[in-house]
Amino acid sequence: SRELFVLTYGALVAQLCKDYEKDEDVNTCLDRMGYAIGIRLIDDFLARSAVKRCRSYSETTDMIAQVAFKMYLGVTPRVSCSSAAGNEFSLILDKNPLVDFVEELPAERASLCYCNLLCGVIRGALEMVHLAAEVTFLQDRLKGDAVTEIGITFLRKAEDRKYKRN
Amino acid sequence: MADEALFLLLHNEMVAELYRAAEQGEGENGRCTTKLESMGFRVGQGLIERFTKDTARFKDELDIMKFICKDFWTSVFKKQIDNLRTNHQGIYVLQDNKFRLLTQMSAGKQYLEHAPKYLAFTCGLIRGGLSNLGIKSIVTAEVSSMPACK
Repeated sequence: SRELFVLTYGALVAQLCKDYEKDEDVNTCLDRMGYAIGIRLIDDFLARSAVKRCRSYSETTDMIAQVAFKMYLGVTPRVSCSSAAGNEFSLILDKNPLVDFVEELPAERASLCYCNLLCGVIRGALEMVHLAAEVTFLQDRLKGDAVTEIGITFLRKAEDRKYKRN
Repeated sequence: MADEALFLLLHNEMVAELYRAAEQGEGENGRCTTKLESMGFRVGQGLIERFTKDTARFKDELDIMKFICKDFWTSVFKKQIDNLRTNHQGIYVLQDNKFRLLTQMSAGKQYLEHAPKYLAFTCGLIRGGLSNLGIKSIVTAEVSSMPACK
């Protein structure tokens, strides 16, 4: 039944490409849809996994990679921390199930982020547990890179800023 | 299973997105339903290919319909069709009393007017599957009381 999801996602991207001429518009649309899905998916995830509260950004990222990705997409990305401040992480996917049936991007769609939905989902889910983050694709196999890499940058929470000022 | 939740959310989001775009632009509701149906068509074609790779040739139309009701429906919606009726002249009615995509919505007459939007994709799914098995068809859906649908 994962095939159903992957095929449906493909049909969705194809339809969006027909509706919107610019790649950025399709990317934005996918991100927005992903966000709406993410804010609901987090409930389903927490109900199914019953994980305890994460105490750090690093723990949260591990949770996303090892539990969530495994549960919904059946793959476990590698996690790597890419900043000394401890708030920038990368999820590295050797295998991306969403592109199972995609061979390559068509020439006129070179800047399409095919899996942008994933970024939106992660962003939405994190926001529902009160963690603001920016999520983008750093590398994409479909565009010729060796792996697919998703970068998560945790932004400072509003409360932290308040404390700092006092 | 977790996959189902993911598909359900994606499907609902797709319906919402297409209708949102239509409200802002000049498109009317009819076009959205067509878009959803054609997406379902493509997916149905792909799915039926994968499911019937190893199965034997179908004897006749009824056999194909039974396959759709049992195996196809089970792999997509994790349950079989509850009732299949036919007039033996080319019309088949598939009845699902607890249609997966509608169970979360309501258990009765509430939101009945929105139900067709959520069935468009599935109609396309069936039409795509049938078309790849060599049958040209028209698929329509009817909901009288959620979550049952025909």
